[in-house]
Amino acid sequence: MYAERAPVRRSDVAIAKSGVIPVLSRNGDAPSGDESGRLRCVDVIGPRRKDGSFRSVEWTGFRVLRVVNGEMTMRAVRSGLSALVITSMFLLASSVSGASSPPSHARSPFPVTVRSAGGSVTIVSRPTSIVSLSATATEMLYAIGAGPQVRAVDKYSNYPPGTPITNLDGFSVNAEALTKYHPDLVVVAYEPAGFMAQMAKLKIPVLYEPAAPTLAVAYHQYLGLGRATGNYARAVAEVSRLKSRIARIVRTTPHVPAGTTYYYELDPTYYSVTSHTFMGQVLGLLGLKSIADGAGVNTNGGYPQLNAEFILQANPDYIFLTDGVTPHSVAARPGWSVLSAVSHHRIVSLNADIASRWGPRIVDLLQAVANAITKFQR
Amino acid sequence: MRGWRRRGEPPTPAITSAVAGVSAGTPILVAAVVLVVVAVVSTAVGPANLSLATVVGVLVSHVPLIHYHASASAVANAIVWEIRLPRVVLAGLVGSMLAAGGASYQGVFRNPLADPYLLGVAAGAGLGATIAIVTPRASFEWLPIAAFLGGAVAVSLTYLVGARTGQRSSGTSIVLAGVAVAALFTAVQTDLQQQHAADLQPVYSWILGSLATASWTDVRLILPYVVVSGAVLLAHRRLLDALRVGEEEASSLGVHPQRVRLVVVAAATLGTAAAVSVSGLIGFVGIIVPHLVRLTTNASYRVVLPVSMISGASFLILADLGARMLESPAEVPLGVVTAFVGGPFFIFVLRSRRSQQGVL
Repeated sequence: MYAERAPVRRSDVAIAKSGVIPVLSRNGDAPSGDESGRLRCVDVIGPRRKDGSFRSVEWTGFRVLRVVNGEMTMRAVRSGLSALVITSMFLLASSVSGASSPPSHARSPFPVTVRSAGGSVTIVSRPTSIVSLSATATEMLYAIGAGPQVRAVDKYSNYPPGTPITNLDGFSVNAEALTKYHPDLVVVAYEPAGFMAQMAKLKIPVLYEPAAPTLAVAYHQYLGLGRATGNYARAVAEVSRLKSRIARIVRTTPHVPAGTTYYYELDPTYYSVTSHTFMGQVLGLLGLKSIADGAGVNTNGGYPQLNAEFILQANPDYIFLTDGVTPHSVAARPGWSVLSAVSHHRIVSLNADIASRWGPRIVDLLQAVANAITKFQR
Repeated sequence: MRGWRRRGEPPTPAITSAVAGVSAGTPILVAAVVLVVVAVVSTAVGPANLSLATVVGVLVSHVPLIHYHASASAVANAIVWEIRLPRVVLAGLVGSMLAAGGASYQGVFRNPLADPYLLGVAAGAGLGATIAIVTPRASFEWLPIAAFLGGAVAVSLTYLVGARTGQRSSGTSIVLAGVAVAALFTAVQTDLQQQHAADLQPVYSWILGSLATASWTDVRLILPYVVVSGAVLLAHRRLLDALRVGEEEASSLGVHPQRVRLVVVAAATLGTAAAVSVSGLIGFVGIIVPHLVRLTTNASYRVVLPVSMISGASFLILADLGARMLESPAEVPLGVVTAFVGGPFFIFVLRSRRSQQGVL
């Protein structure tokens, strides 16, 4: 599935313009994470409503909406140059000593400097021995065609099938154990204290791509991985493909009535997500709101443990399960039979792996939810 | 037990003042009244803003023989009867058990810092719960059983090791064995938890303790253990008083310290393991409550044990009310609430003990 390649769209150019070298780009690099004095950029589909929800009234195409000092400026997508042109401009500008060049490029883009949440890192030549300690990054790498360059992945990187899975653990990394794979690029989603310094001493470049708070940040991670691995054009295409797939799902799913709510169960002790988390925003594309917003959107980092009384009283329209609990056992919980989601069988089990990542398969999760909505709206 | 009482005067002034002329009635009555008030308030208040009339209506409709049909909605009925009330009852049972366990452990080991987790119940239950959580395909329904077994195994191991290696007359070797066993089980638990970092959150939240998913099933699960364990401990309250003077002296009074210790520890462990299996590791209840009771009444176990049981229930019901309401409708981990009260209180107890020797 990763071989398919969407045509380069006009909308991609907005991303492509944010080049690697700010001087060459018109916008400068967009921040991939927190940056002082700058708010995160948010991808919004359709007009944003006053209550802050991202409900799509009609499909207006992709726009990059940047919030600057609380004021929103719409950057309509302007075209002119294709992503390929930008890439080749960049190639000309950077003086590259002839490293082995990928077949699709006339000249190698390396050395390349890539920014991640861990700061800027320079990669001297096209990596051929990547170690991914992030299950999401592994999925992204394979999605952008960097799979053959991946040497080892951590034990949670179970997708796509056939990844070179090892016993490495992204949450307790041993720098020495990493060196066994002679990595020329390491990707992590979690950065233990002192890890970066250790890797710097070993002269191994590290990309730190932590959990994305928004889809836009996730898209930036694809592009960063694309640049770092010499698969930038594929990364742009993948982002474009994801965007159009999401757009199609949103377009083809029946609108839910205003105020349709869901309870999203992270674990059987009622930990949930608010609408402002990554998952909350993804579900918000379909017009759904989390009942956990009642706990304050930022309680416990957007992942509050809800009170059972509150869940019953909030009476969500849908229940989404990501904890291996079956809809049947939810219905059998004492008192839960009064919920309309239970009596109308609007309980959906979602894939726990996809639900805890921000990778390419998020589209599949959105599709599962959309299918449920389509089924129930009829 | 009777033999000891017939032998007349206890040998030291401390125990004379503690035992002689103690009326257990008044403190028990006061504690019971407090418990009733706390339980009523806790049942009336919750994140779902139900009116008092609704709550009372639902409760009355469930009283057998009274054929009263509440006008309350099915949702209100489910909230009060299936969610809130079992939670209050479960908090009471767990609090009562932890306080009784703490008081008893402090008695048999003559150590004011002893709590029900001293001999490794917590570490064992934690390991059991972690195994249940990280095992693929094992559902959360297995968690209480795994936690219970873990706790029981850990304490049995402690007792075997401690009784074999130590001097027969001292509980110190058992306490030290408990420290070692707890360290061992915690090490295995921590490693397992790190190996399954994806399950870190449920493990962590279990360790902090919570009654968020309390149900009548949980109540039925632990009720037999709490009743039997509580009855055994209460039956030993006078023997615990005898142990306070020292093991040799107690022996001279006709008490078998080792036998008392074994029975009390077994009963307290069984009850505590059952309690933590449904609530997670709730700290400080077993230390705060008995000390509070000693400070406000007197040191005799004839008073301390029953009053601790009742006050432990009140304390945990109140703490759980805090867990439900402080950040409503989000939950605050129950262990955080009890430790937040427990920390400062611990300092208070230590300070007051300096001027008031012989509290234990």
